[in-house]
Amino acid sequence: MSDLAAYNFAYLDEQTKRMIRRAILKAIAIPGYQVPFASREMPMPYGWGTGGVQVTAAIIGPADVLKVIDQGADDTTNAVSIRAFFAKVANVAVTTHTDEATIIQTRHRIPEKVLKEGQVLVYQVPIPEPLRYLEPRETETRTMHALSEYGLMHVKLYEDIAINGHIATTYAYPVKVAGRYVMDPSPIPKFDNPKMHMSEALQLFGAGREKRIYAVPPFTEVVSLDFEDHPFEVQTFDKPCALCGAENVYLDEVILDDRGGRMFVCSDTDHCEERRACGCVGELGVKEAAE
Amino acid sequence: MYVAVKGGETAIANAHRLLADRRRGDRSLPAVSSEQVIEQLALAVDRVMAEASLYDRDLAALAFRQARGDMIEAIFLLRAYRTTLPRFGVSSPIDTGAMLIERRVSATYKDLPGGQLLGPTFDYTHRLLDPTLLEDGPVEEGAERTETPEAVMRVSEILAQEGLIEGDGTLGEDEGGGDLTREPMEFPMSRDLRLQALARGDEGFLLALGYSTQRGYGRTHPFTGEIRIGEVEIEIDAPELGYAVSLGEIRVTECQMVNQFKGSAKVPPQFTRGYGLVFGQSERKAMSMSLVDRALRAREFGEDIVAPAQDEEFVLSHCDNVQATGFVEHLKLPHYVDFQAELGLVRRMRAEFEAARTASESSDRKEAAE
Repeated sequence: MSDLAAYNFAYLDEQTKRMIRRAILKAIAIPGYQVPFASREMPMPYGWGTGGVQVTAAIIGPADVLKVIDQGADDTTNAVSIRAFFAKVANVAVTTHTDEATIIQTRHRIPEKVLKEGQVLVYQVPIPEPLRYLEPRETETRTMHALSEYGLMHVKLYEDIAINGHIATTYAYPVKVAGRYVMDPSPIPKFDNPKMHMSEALQLFGAGREKRIYAVPPFTEVVSLDFEDHPFEVQTFDKPCALCGAENVYLDEVILDDRGGRMFVCSDTDHCEERRACGCVGELGVKEAAE
Repeated sequence: MYVAVKGGETAIANAHRLLADRRRGDRSLPAVSSEQVIEQLALAVDRVMAEASLYDRDLAALAFRQARGDMIEAIFLLRAYRTTLPRFGVSSPIDTGAMLIERRVSATYKDLPGGQLLGPTFDYTHRLLDPTLLEDGPVEEGAERTETPEAVMRVSEILAQEGLIEGDGTLGEDEGGGDLTREPMEFPMSRDLRLQALARGDEGFLLALGYSTQRGYGRTHPFTGEIRIGEVEIEIDAPELGYAVSLGEIRVTECQMVNQFKGSAKVPPQFTRGYGLVFGQSERKAMSMSLVDRALRAREFGEDIVAPAQDEEFVLSHCDNVQATGFVEHLKLPHYVDFQAELGLVRRMRAEFEAARTASESSDRKEAAE
């Protein structure tokens, strides 16, 4: 039984990695297009990042430095679990610092720090099809993409405005990539959408259960869908981060007590820690030296 | 002062330690061995092998024990191991006609060549709890046939003699042998891939879908032509030798459903078929599979697609329990970034609603005053 424990570098066998790399290359060649791939069963559940893990496993090398975040944080349990997985099966260096990482696997956020050339951002994607909630059938949605038939999406956004006065999509906000394919950016808050546009980093998206890979190559136009009279806008927060005082970052709401007390703190924990290490202090923060 | 939730790593390690503790349970009791599971909980092992698509009793029993008896977790464990195995080749199609039969029943003929053979079945047991099992008393050996077992003709072959049932059909050069664990699924799907998906599919889900066809949601008028359970030989072609080599035997359950006829101006009416084949002994699954297989052939027969069981995308996209459980259970992962985005929008919309109401009230008051 003990020979069962022998796994290849980064878990997947080389043939599987080659198959995934082919899908990734095709995805890069056709920005925003969902490439079907023969997704494997991974040792973590579907819906918990199997797509992202397969993409990372296919591109990672011994010299890479990996960062894994979930909800912007490095210490969320699933991020910890995935980071530990690669530390174990690929024996690579891991980091929590955005600028040290060559590969960043993420669920639901894009780091606040602007990504640089040479970095790869790997998104975990639950439902890759932006049209899925409008049309449940894959055969239909593939045809709609082929014909650039995106009217239905605009009707949905219009109906949001008609009913609510706003576009009621706050995350997984659809974008158009390189003027052709409408793409689901994965459930990142729409706050992060502008970071995708003309990014220097390569952005890869893996959906394991749905067996799709797609990509946004570096320096690619990514436009959030909107209307002339209802332009796309991102969330704003009334207060800066309570710990580090950062403004124009995405904040998590933390309930402090049972009397309605709450505070807002950076969702990107690395960004927050780095600022505090440099002496930035928010309303409820304490100076690092004092700790 | 709020402290960011740290220590995910320690928490995970502790949780897994507690899991191992609970798995072992009371240390004063002997641990269950894989051999015991294989021998005494054989049908659980069969289900794990079937839905994991890996025929290996030892590993299935290990997975079952490791999963604390949670079927889907055990299936998941075995699949995650299967996926790392290299493919050496493709076996020749198994010949269920040559099966060494332990059970064989037909609902379409009272008697037939080879006879009806009940085998080890729960059928006709009275479901009364048996307290004698609490004591490990002696159990009689099963009665055995005296004559040498021979291959038993399939009911489909009996019907085929008169041309009353559609044939097995022939496969084209590049047809068959598809593998949805190696190639991405694409719709519409060929029948070999559909059958593979169903064979791996969740027993409960297929049971419910099969049941729905009996209750009018995509009716197919089924008769159980035959169910057979037994051992079949697996052979693989060895090109260097020029003939097939036996790899061993596996136990399978096969169900052939005979369904209402189809004909046209050119072809006289014939019964149609639904097919089910499952690793190990699992009649419920094989029967459900054959009902759903037949329902999914609606397009092929030009039938109206009106019910869930006939809807290929619906059935095949949702029958995999490892996929389903993963995605359902991922909802317990943190979603606070997205929830924050929704919170922000709802608060903003509520504030606008309140502002509009106050404005209209004050203008009402103003009008009343005027």
